[in-house]
Amino acid sequence: MKVVIMGCGRVGAQLAEQLDAAGHSVIILDMNSYSFRRLPPTYKGKAIVGNGIDMEALKRAGIESAEVFVAVTQGDNRNIMAAQIAKRMFNVPRVICRIYDPLRQELFQTMGLEAISPTTIFADLLRKRIES
Amino acid sequence: MYIIIIGGGRVGYYLSKALLNEGHEILLIEKNPAVCDTINDELGSVCLRGDGCEVSTLNEAGTSRADMLVAVTADDEDNLVACQLAKYKFKVPHTIARTRNPKNEELFKKLGIDVTISSTNIILEHITEEVPTHPVTHLMEIRDRGLEIVEVRVPADCPSVGRTVKDIILPTGSMLSLIVRKSQKPVVPTAATILMADDQIIAVTTSQTEEALRAALMGE
Repeated sequence: MKVVIMGCGRVGAQLAEQLDAAGHSVIILDMNSYSFRRLPPTYKGKAIVGNGIDMEALKRAGIESAEVFVAVTQGDNRNIMAAQIAKRMFNVPRVICRIYDPLRQELFQTMGLEAISPTTIFADLLRKRIES
Repeated sequence: MYIIIIGGGRVGYYLSKALLNEGHEILLIEKNPAVCDTINDELGSVCLRGDGCEVSTLNEAGTSRADMLVAVTADDEDNLVACQLAKYKFKVPHTIARTRNPKNEELFKKLGIDVTISSTNIILEHITEEVPTHPVTHLMEIRDRGLEIVEVRVPADCPSVGRTVKDIILPTGSMLSLIVRKSQKPVVPTAATILMADDQIIAVTTSQTEEALRAALMGE
C-alpha cells in the first residue's frame, strides 16, 4: 500500500518504520527536516520537508495516488484540516487522524473523519489498570 | 446581532471596535491573557480569554445563541476548525473565516464555511481592476452555480476587431452578455454584432473556461 504520513514525531516515525519494514511504500512529511532523525537508517521510504496543510506540498508527497493518509502532527487543528484536505480534495480512500481533544474528536468523527483520541484511549487504559 | 470573533489580533480588534460602534453585541475570544486585558481596557469587557477551537470556551461564550462567528486568527487551520465547530456543533447560521493561503478558499467552501476571505486575493483583485492592460477582470462570482461574471477589454491590435460575434468560437459554458462602448449605449450582442476596438465585453463564464474565453476573444 502507498501510505502518506504527516508529522514525523515519535508516533509518525514509528509508524513509518513499521509500515516500511512490512513492505509498504511510505512517504513521511514534516515541516522540519530535523524530525527525520527519528527514522532508522534502515528506512527505505521517502522523507519530504513540507507543510501538510498546503495542497502543493501534499501533491509533492504524492497524495494523489496514496491509498492511506495519516495525520499525526502535534496540532489537533492541523491534523483535522489535513485530513479533510486528503479526503475532500484528493479523495484518498482511507484517512486517519489524531485529535487529542476528545470533544473535537467526537464531533469530527460524527462528521465522517476517522479520528482517534489518544487522550481517551490512554485514560481508559489507566483506569482499567487501576481498577483491575 | 450577537457576533463572536475569534482572534484578538489587529483584524479582530478593529473588527470588534467597528461592530460595537454599529450597536452589535460582540464577544472576542483571545488566547493571550495580556492581549485580552488590553482589549478589555480599551473596548470595555468584550474579550474572553480562551481557545476558540475548544468546545468548553465556545460553550462559555454562549455560541449556540450567536448569529455569526468570525474567525480571524493568523492560522488557517484554527480558523477552519473554529468555524466548523460553530457551524456543526453550535448551529451558528453564519460563519466567516480568514485564510492566509488563497488556495484554501475552495477547500473552506467545500467544508461548509459560509464566507472565506483571503486578503491576498482581495489585494490581487484590486490590482487587476486598477491595471488596465490585464484583459480579464473579475466582476462578480455566482458561487452556488460555479459561474463568474468577467469583463474583457478588446485591445485595438486584437485580431477579433472587425469580426462578428458568430465568428468567435466560445468555450462551452461561456456567454457574452453585454458590450459597453465609448459614448454609446451598451448593446446586447447578437450573432451579427461586430466587435470594435476598446469594447468592454461583459461575459458569463466558469473558472475552468475563463482562460479559453480570453483566448477566443483575443483571437489567439
